[in-house]
Amino acid sequence: MSMITYHHENGHTDLIVAVAGTSVMRAAVINGVEGIIGECGGQAMCATCHVYVREEFLDLLPEMSDDEEEMLEITASPRDEVRSRLGCQLKITTSLNEIAVDVPPMQVQ
Amino acid sequence: MTENIVIIGGGQSGVQLCDSLRTEGYVGAITLYASETHLPYQRPPLSKDFIAEGADAVALPLRAERFFADRAVDFYPGISVTSIDLGIKTVTLSDETSTNYSSLVFATGARNRTLTIEGSNLAGIHYLRTLDDATLLRGELAQATRTVVVGAGFIGLEFAAAARQRGLDVTVLEFGPRPMGRVLSEPMSRYFTEAHTRNGISMKLGEGIAAFGGDGGRITSAIGTSGTEYPANIVLVGVGVIPNDELASAAGIDSENGIIVNATLQTSDPDVFALGDCARYPHAQTGVMTRLESVQNATDQAKTLAKTLTGYPANYDSLAWFWSQQGPIKLQIAGITDGHDKSVLRGNLQANKFSIYCFRDTALVGVESVNSPADHMTARRVLTSGFPISPEQIADSGFDLKSHLKAFELADRG
Ligand SMILES: Cc1cc2nc3c(=O)[nH]c(=O)nc-3n(C[C@H](O)[C@H](O)[C@H](O)COP(=O)(O)OP(=O)(O)OC[C@H]3O[C@@H](n4cnc5c(N)ncnc54)[C@H](O)[C@@H]3O)c2cc1C
Ligand code: FES
Repeated sequence: MSMITYHHENGHTDLIVAVAGTSVMRAAVINGVEGIIGECGGQAMCATCHVYVREEFLDLLPEMSDDEEEMLEITASPRDEVRSRLGCQLKITTSLNEIAVDVPPMQVQ
Repeated sequence: MTENIVIIGGGQSGVQLCDSLRTEGYVGAITLYASETHLPYQRPPLSKDFIAEGADAVALPLRAERFFADRAVDFYPGISVTSIDLGIKTVTLSDETSTNYSSLVFATGARNRTLTIEGSNLAGIHYLRTLDDATLLRGELAQATRTVVVGAGFIGLEFAAAARQRGLDVTVLEFGPRPMGRVLSEPMSRYFTEAHTRNGISMKLGEGIAAFGGDGGRITSAIGTSGTEYPANIVLVGVGVIPNDELASAAGIDSENGIIVNATLQTSDPDVFALGDCARYPHAQTGVMTRLESVQNATDQAKTLAKTLTGYPANYDSLAWFWSQQGPIKLQIAGITDGHDKSVLRGNLQANKFSIYCFRDTALVGVESVNSPADHMTARRVLTSGFPISPEQIADSGFDLKSHLKAFELADRG
């Protein structure tokens, strides 16, 4: 069992228990975490699952694909060069078994 | 009478409508009937991730389970609407009870067109629309080694590419001269034929399906209209869909290849509306009666209809966009390219990263992008803002589309 923490702008947090293989987007959609949409179902094609990863977890993240890199250029909320990722590309694994993210204010323009 | 908006169909558009009605401030009752018993789920992954090796066992839901209680939606999974009385504004249900509505919404989607040819009842022949279809298909894929896909549409080719990634021998039979011929420009179709062929998929164009051969009740081959026999231990048929409009026409609502609606998505009965895959509406940009099958269409129509149903009548005029994932290829389409008379390529075809810009009478009408999500997002902005762009500018690789667009948008706003 792994833990994903979603921090919202209003100070509210959602703590979600996730199983291996689940992504940060998927866990949010299944559990109704506000502010994460996942419109393309996890294909890195919509950027409505944008999150800012908290500093302490940055080293644990998988490498970024070219697709993800390109999508992050067109997010509705501004990209953070260091912390921005697509939630659908962050899968819970043995190396990433805990993560905390900030949910951006906007996912759709 | 108390307000009760009754929605028929718990798919992409029906669920979005529940959500958008509450967002728009509607406080009356919402009743949602859904034939399927599952928590409403997203269909697009069913022909992509869901059938990949080692895929997540559960479908991706459209909303969390508690959504319906949170938004005060009376949700009835497994209950179908069986008939409608427009005169007394009542729906009758599969459990033989009935309910009154103040407004009624058809969000009934579409179902697969099926084949009735020799051997079409053999085990191992699949269709793909629902989670149950996909679960069955996925179960059999584990043992399969050779597949024949009938129809080179989006779902057929997504399945073909996923099956190829799992190591199956894949043959695609397409009656028409090119894949996805109804929607894609000619050069884009050609690109897909070549890319799938390079990927090891055998693309048989101009080859229809004549019959299936079997042994002991199970599929062993597909026989093409040319007479060629293609061995297969699993078959996927993707030959298009039929809109679920029979319930509406039986009630006396105008339907013809879909439930006919006006620009506000209202049917021939003023208290009845239709949206998503089942609705045919006058397209704002082309003026043509149109029925689209896409997540964007279902979602944006629901958002628009929620305004009308809360007292702010709105015409549906969103830009159409679409995506498809076929193995390593991401395709995205913005706008409607139907009837274009010129297409211009921008980007690098050899590197599998490019877009095709489609013009009609020198006006840009749609853009098809391969592995270029930024192009796609820019195209959506170009088409929405009405930024005038010429084929010559697009053909000029030095022309900076993004910054010209930005300047135009700023001038437009200021
Ligand atoms: C395998 C697959 C892959 C796809 N991939 C993509 C993609 O990549 N990109 C994209 O944009 N689109 C894709 N689509 C299309 C997209 O999923 C549909 O356009 C969208 O789901 C349409 O939404 P809808 O609400 O109109 O219909 P649906 O989502 O089909 O929902 C209609 C629901 O109504 C129910 N219903 C029907 N009649 C009744 C009744 N009498 N009473 C109660 N309930 C009833 C049905 O059971 C169904 O659950 C895909 C579709 C499929 C099948
Ligand atoms: S879900 Fe669409 S990009 Fe992540």
